[in-house]
Amino acid sequence: MDPLLSIRELTLKGRGNDAWVTLLDKIDLDLRRGEVLGLIGESGAGKSTLGLAAMGYTRTGCRITEGSVMFDGMQLVGAPRKALLALRGTRIAYVAQSAAASFNPAHQLVHQFAETPVQRGIMDFDAARQKAERLYRRLQLPRPERIGFRYPHQVSGGQLQRAMVAMAMACDPDIIVFDEPTTALDVTTQIEVLSAIKEAIQLRQTAALYITHDLAVVAQVADRIMVLQHGRQVEEGGTRDLIDAPKESYTRDLLNVRRQKKTTISPSREVVLEVTGVTAGYTKRKNVVEEISLKVRKGRTVAVVGESGSGKTSLARVITGLLPAAQGQISFDGAVLAPSLKGRSKETLRRLRMVYQMPDVALNPRQKIRRILGRPLEFFFHMDAQAKQRKVLELLDMIEMGPEFYDRYPSELSGGQKQRICIARALASQPDLIICDEVTSALDQLVAEGILKLLQRLQDQLGVSYLFITHDLATVKAIADEVIVMLKGRIVEQGPRDEMFIPPHHDYTRRLFRSVPEMDPAWLDNLLASRDGDQLGYFERSDEPVV
Amino acid sequence: MDSLKKMVVKRLAAGAVTVLVVSILIFVGVEALPGDPATAILGQQATPENLAALRKELKLDMPPHVRYFSWVSDVARGDLGRSLTNQRPVAEMIGWRFSNTLFLALAAATVAVPLAILLGMLAALYRESWLDKLLSISSLSAISFPEFFVGYILIAIFAVKLGILPGVASIHSGMGFGQKLLAIVLPTITLMLVVLAHMMRMTRAAIIGILTSPYIEMAKLKGVGRRRIIYHHAIPNALAPIINVVIMDLAWLVVGVVVVEVVFVYPGLGQLLVDAVSKRDLPVVQASGLIFACTYILLNLTADVLSILTNPKLRTAN
Repeated sequence: MDPLLSIRELTLKGRGNDAWVTLLDKIDLDLRRGEVLGLIGESGAGKSTLGLAAMGYTRTGCRITEGSVMFDGMQLVGAPRKALLALRGTRIAYVAQSAAASFNPAHQLVHQFAETPVQRGIMDFDAARQKAERLYRRLQLPRPERIGFRYPHQVSGGQLQRAMVAMAMACDPDIIVFDEPTTALDVTTQIEVLSAIKEAIQLRQTAALYITHDLAVVAQVADRIMVLQHGRQVEEGGTRDLIDAPKESYTRDLLNVRRQKKTTISPSREVVLEVTGVTAGYTKRKNVVEEISLKVRKGRTVAVVGESGSGKTSLARVITGLLPAAQGQISFDGAVLAPSLKGRSKETLRRLRMVYQMPDVALNPRQKIRRILGRPLEFFFHMDAQAKQRKVLELLDMIEMGPEFYDRYPSELSGGQKQRICIARALASQPDLIICDEVTSALDQLVAEGILKLLQRLQDQLGVSYLFITHDLATVKAIADEVIVMLKGRIVEQGPRDEMFIPPHHDYTRRLFRSVPEMDPAWLDNLLASRDGDQLGYFERSDEPVV
Repeated sequence: MDSLKKMVVKRLAAGAVTVLVVSILIFVGVEALPGDPATAILGQQATPENLAALRKELKLDMPPHVRYFSWVSDVARGDLGRSLTNQRPVAEMIGWRFSNTLFLALAAATVAVPLAILLGMLAALYRESWLDKLLSISSLSAISFPEFFVGYILIAIFAVKLGILPGVASIHSGMGFGQKLLAIVLPTITLMLVVLAHMMRMTRAAIIGILTSPYIEMAKLKGVGRRRIIYHHAIPNALAPIINVVIMDLAWLVVGVVVVEVVFVYPGLGQLLVDAVSKRDLPVVQASGLIFACTYILLNLTADVLSILTNPKLRTAN
């Protein structure tokens, strides 16, 4: 049987500052009916570009310079616009990364579902509405008969993502391109969307291109996996073969990235930070964190895990005094701190520092690295120009960056390098505690791994403590000594890391830990199979009910 | 809808405060005008005794804050006072002229708003094409000319050279609707040219800003055609900025027409205001200022309410 989609020697270039940059370099790809091909790689690998090119679509500023895209006997490269429009939405459909951004905020879900089928005259609105309802039910959306009449902002992220999968299936396409469909979701929500996608694909033997940066995720749905790096094909193979016996070293790196684990050490005695019964909120009526008590010991790392909206970042803001606590007490090295930043001494500010999730926005784009790192030295230690220069170079050395970065602007740095600069800036004041707020979430996995290793090395060298906020349990394994699990502003469980990975657990912790995809193609199926016998209500909807 | 009602009430209250502040500014501004109303009325030859008597009669001899409070309390009771120059009630003088100003503004808006939005959509749809460039160049030139210049050029061409349209837009109550319309063709075109460009460019910018959104790419990948993307996917989300610009321009059409009314000798509120300032007719100046301020505030409130109604997120919030 001829493949449904056949891409040969596809080369695609994008307009850079003044030259054409190669985004895809001679890619070959075949996709048969009912087959799922996983496309995997880090950012800049060209996964999305390839997924879009499979639909005959290139983003503004890009063009296909070579090669062919054959879909069911039709050449898509250079095909007339009308012919491509007729194909999209009906025979090839697309599921975007962020459903929240990709649904039009001005229209109700079912109208967006019905747009393609009604516009093409495939069915009338009523039939489309009924089909939407059937698919919504199939994908386990709550109140399938009503949810279509909601606007996107009225539906949670996980539900929206499932609604988008339903929308892609409106015209029973031959191929669906999934572009990082679960990346923006919490792990517990990711499971639901993943199982919905699996269900959707099996329902009609739809072929799919599944794009993601997460090997463990793609292993659950794909028959074959293709690894991309810098627009080039690194390796392709059957899912199990590729995971069990990768041929290329890059693939091995990707596979190993989530297996890093911190060695267990005995707890030190000294407590640096102690939070007791802290409650705080942005308004008087609603608290975002409630009755939080925790300890961070010298030279140790406490990881705070939880889903988005669980109050992790708010807790960091309370500790730093950006959000003054309404109740409770925060003491640092034995001394009680003022709840508000304004009431704290410069010395406290020096000893308690923070590193943020997005290095792009945390660095002033108009300041050179020497100024960014020099500022705290001047502010806290009143260093003169010479001492400052020496110290900045020393800091750069500590974060494994050379003196050539001294005079550069943040825009000349990669994401990982920028995050290193942020860490160096926090280190400049020789703090006792650094609060790291999702510092690796915006980075590619291999880069994130480097950052985690750096943080660990710095801790071993300097004895600095970390309060490490993350939603990623692999990161927890890699860095934490102790773990705190948060849910809805409260701590549901806390303890040494090794104990946290052993049952029994609070229901939520159990659900959270079991939701992390494992590098085993059978993991999702096993988990889904066990769901009926799950007494703890594993699959209880975490999403808010639909009114 | 409750939150909307609350917002309207809040805004009206804020508007009332604004009007009060504006009334102080107007009063102070008028006080700061050089010259003396009594001299302006009686002329340079008047004897000091006559002037003093007139001042007393007009209560100009009282301290400013007393006059301010008596004026404000009169206005609050609905009494705008009497003109200093001809003793007629200000309300009567202003009423007819204000309706003329509204008539002119409405005529200009009726043509300009739909045309501007249509042209803005076309410019966005065919952006970077010759049509877009033509619209962009002509609208920029239209903005660049001051409105009195445009007005005089139009008069020179259509009234003086060709003689097909009246150059003076003097309308009066005896005229029929058609006659009135014909009389205001040239001032309407002048006003239109000024606001059209502004609204069109904002419409274009608002739509193009939205065209880079992920949901527009999604629509393209669903196989939606270019036109439908503009009117079905982009416009509903671009309405809020467009409405704001349209309303700002409507407000300008009402309060900013002074120059155009003078050029075309149109009996509107702007013309009256200019006359009243030159004659130091304080009650008329103050009343006109207040009316302009209220118009502005009410139109802005309308813009906010309409923006909320077009945004499902705000509309469905309870």
